Amino acid sequence: MEQKSILDSGKYLVTLQDRVSYLADIKGGFEWGNLRELFERVQELRTNLFEYSERELLQQIHSLEGRIEFAERQVAKRLRPIEIVNIVRSVQRFTLLDILENCYDSFTELGGDGEFNIDPAVIAARATITRRVKNRLYYHQVMVIGHEKGMGEEFRNGGCAKPWGNEKALRYMKVAETEGIPIHFYIFTPGAYPIEDYPGAAQQIARNLFEMAKLRVPMISFISEGGSGGAEAIGLADMRLMASRGYYSVISPEGAAAIEGRIKEGGKVPRKLVEHCAEQLKMTAKDNLELGTIDRIVEEPPLGAKRSDFKFFKRLRYEMVRATDEVVLKTKSFRAFRAYALRRQSQDKEKVFNDEFDIHIKWTLSESEKDRLLEIRSKKYRAMGRGYKVLKRPFSKRLTRFWESTRHKYYDIRYGLLRKQSKNLQKILEEVSSEGSVIFKTVTESMRAAYDFVFPAPQKPAQTSQQDPLRRSIFMQDWEQYISPLANEDRTVTCPNAEKYGCKDLWVPDLYGEYSGVCPTCGHHFPLEYQWYLENLFDKGSVREFNTQIVSDNPLGFKGFDEKLKKAIERTRRGSAIITFDAEVLGIKLVVAMLYSDFRSGTVGSAEGEKFIRACDRARTTRRPFLAYIHTTGGIRIHEGTLGVIQMPRCTLAVREYIDSGGLYIVVYDNNSYAGPVASFLGCSPYQVGIRSSRIGFAGPRVIRETTGTDVPPDYHKARNALKRGHIQGIWDRREFRKNLFEALMTMGGPNLYYK
Amino acid sequence: MSINLNDLLRKYKSHPYEDHEILAPHTGVVKFKVEEGQAVKGPSGQWLHRPGTLLYILEREKNPKRITSRFDGIVTDLRVDLDGKFVEAGQPLMLIRHRLNKQEITNRILKEVLHIFPAPERARYFFTPETSTKIEKGKAKSLSVKTGDEIVIMSLMKRDTILNYEGPSGVLYEVYFKNGDILEQGAPLFGVCLPERLPFVEKVIQRIKTEWDD
Repeated sequence: MEQKSILDSGKYLVTLQDRVSYLADIKGGFEWGNLRELFERVQELRTNLFEYSERELLQQIHSLEGRIEFAERQVAKRLRPIEIVNIVRSVQRFTLLDILENCYDSFTELGGDGEFNIDPAVIAARATITRRVKNRLYYHQVMVIGHEKGMGEEFRNGGCAKPWGNEKALRYMKVAETEGIPIHFYIFTPGAYPIEDYPGAAQQIARNLFEMAKLRVPMISFISEGGSGGAEAIGLADMRLMASRGYYSVISPEGAAAIEGRIKEGGKVPRKLVEHCAEQLKMTAKDNLELGTIDRIVEEPPLGAKRSDFKFFKRLRYEMVRATDEVVLKTKSFRAFRAYALRRQSQDKEKVFNDEFDIHIKWTLSESEKDRLLEIRSKKYRAMGRGYKVLKRPFSKRLTRFWESTRHKYYDIRYGLLRKQSKNLQKILEEVSSEGSVIFKTVTESMRAAYDFVFPAPQKPAQTSQQDPLRRSIFMQDWEQYISPLANEDRTVTCPNAEKYGCKDLWVPDLYGEYSGVCPTCGHHFPLEYQWYLENLFDKGSVREFNTQIVSDNPLGFKGFDEKLKKAIERTRRGSAIITFDAEVLGIKLVVAMLYSDFRSGTVGSAEGEKFIRACDRARTTRRPFLAYIHTTGGIRIHEGTLGVIQMPRCTLAVREYIDSGGLYIVVYDNNSYAGPVASFLGCSPYQVGIRSSRIGFAGPRVIRETTGTDVPPDYHKARNALKRGHIQGIWDRREFRKNLFEALMTMGGPNLYYK
Repeated sequence: MSINLNDLLRKYKSHPYEDHEILAPHTGVVKFKVEEGQAVKGPSGQWLHRPGTLLYILEREKNPKRITSRFDGIVTDLRVDLDGKFVEAGQPLMLIRHRLNKQEITNRILKEVLHIFPAPERARYFFTPETSTKIEKGKAKSLSVKTGDEIVIMSLMKRDTILNYEGPSGVLYEVYFKNGDILEQGAPLFGVCLPERLPFVEKVIQRIKTEWDD
């Protein structure tokens, strides 16, 4: 704002005051430099405005402005990550409504108007965005979905989407898909609102990711404040842009500091530790671009864009149109045109910025282009977030690839081509035989004999288990072979429900031996080590681990994490928190991914994500059912920052592709399962089951209390309540796990399982 | 049924406490964690999920069990002589003396002298419109009831059943629910006071209100 006369001085002084306050926001208070003095000086001028002569006043303002500009330059010279977080949190920063007003020509908000909204933190709008080509205007219809932090409006909840807000987002994504228009996502959230009420924070994010994995429209996301799972709920896009002064992180720096410093609830987190964590988490746009979790940075003014930065909005509109163009062009089959158009687009980048485009590109896609869009999306996410280490390879890279491709072809032929033909032929034979004609009978019988010779009937697993006494493994008789080391203590323990149900004290060798860790009175399940399941759940000797060469690393160089990782590896003698293996249950071959507690509390990082994806793909190739047994997961590993977060969309995409291929994906939660994994690749399963006494949820009670300000009952996350809320489909007793799993394998799942 | 209200009042006056005897739930070696005269708290929190004060630890077969207080009060008659010793199940270990406050004494006296009409099933309860009007106007205590009177409507799965009062005739003295509340089976709906007892009851309640120290 340019100040012209004394009449404008009042207004101008307000602007100067805002600028000083903004600097104080960034530096975390007025203590930095001469901010307090500057602020007081502006205030003094505002109060005594009319006591100065016009000349004096203008001089004073001019000198103040110079000093403020100097301070701004000083602050902008070296912005620390924590200061970028402060910029994002400032009330002066632009919000989604500002973008809708300034980047789009017109918009109609859907499903809400201010406070009258199922969740005012999430906005969905049909909007029109304009492209200028040689002084001609072209209009594009888009769906805009994003978080609104609110301009001081408390009801917006600071952009924390409630579960039903994310459900609303999904609803309008589907509208966009039906109408065939691109979606522009704007992420302005510190995190999702952590409540379990239906549809449930974690479950809804998982559903969103599952749908977005194969949504048949171009999607572009723009991140200003990307708070972990909340951001991912609308973040799985074909192109991910990020504001240069935004942050995208696995956890807030305060949350990370509380975990790292082991701060007790209600305790003060030291500021230095918060700043340290902000640096370690690699949450800035530059860091994320280097990590490959975003595609491009949208430049903001040095100290971040505010609500009145119209130049920035112009830039943002251009970037959004350009990104959508790119996504659309990549799907075009006419390569020459695609290359030409993309080249023209990238040339723009080199030029001095102007918002004019050389060509007009339509954003509608044909069906084959949509298929290609999904293919590109899948490849894109599979290539992301690879912050793991690969130990020595048993074979050369080329040999491994050859082996994989041969294997793929073998299963394709055995269970694809041959099975298809076999089914068709069988159908014809059955139809002919059912005529019951005596004349045809002799003919069809000989044909059937010939058919049986060519395609011998596969041995049905259920039949196999009945015929072969060695394979007839009834769980209650088999477990005796493995005794938990927990049973080697001569003492008793008390069941936590003793007061309620009068459970008697349990002798430890009995409890962990004969009772399989289950209280015989009330059925409470005491935690057991993951090895118990490896030994008791699957057929003897059938467990064959794979991908052990992929091990966890410290890709961000998080200080102090190397030692922690080393300790975990030494203690568990494993390289990651996930074990992936082939196994059999009563003769049925399946692929299993097991997250276990001993290794960094079952947290998911790049190695775990990659192993999960490979296991998923293996199940798809071999047409076997896929079981995710979650012994415990504490969420995404914070030490891997956004490389951990990106595992959420990555793994969900792999799961979606597996389920779509006609497989069976079963998730079984045991002990404690929380946060990111539940809110993505686990929560999206159509068959989720809890082992008794397990706890399932998005955030733990402490985080809920600190975020929402309300306490939750002690049994809030218990499996029974998860079942009551519709998050899981059943509760299994540990002693019947094997039996139930076998039944599930036999009765559920798609048509492409090898034994169907 | 004859109740001497003065005796009742005297009883509470002479011993305004409720004593909870703490017995060893099973055998084991006991280690006290409280002292004689110490104030202890019962479970707290919205769901009573925070355990009360730790009273003692009872150890049997290397299983130290923490026994916490289930009541608010003062520890008395602590068997210090048993500290560190092996005790049998059912052995008294201490008393927790809880001092009754005005409201608790009033409720106890009322439950003894009133005829309580309980909820027959778990359902939503309403007063009949006539009774409801009188209660809203604050004239509940002038409302006489006798056997066969229609007082309460029980609403279960949208089926309304009118409940007829059964019991001695008297005055509707205390109401334990609000219109539309869902009550468990056996929860008190209202208490009826015999007309001849009414002046005494009111006098006693008044005396408790004015004379009792909380």
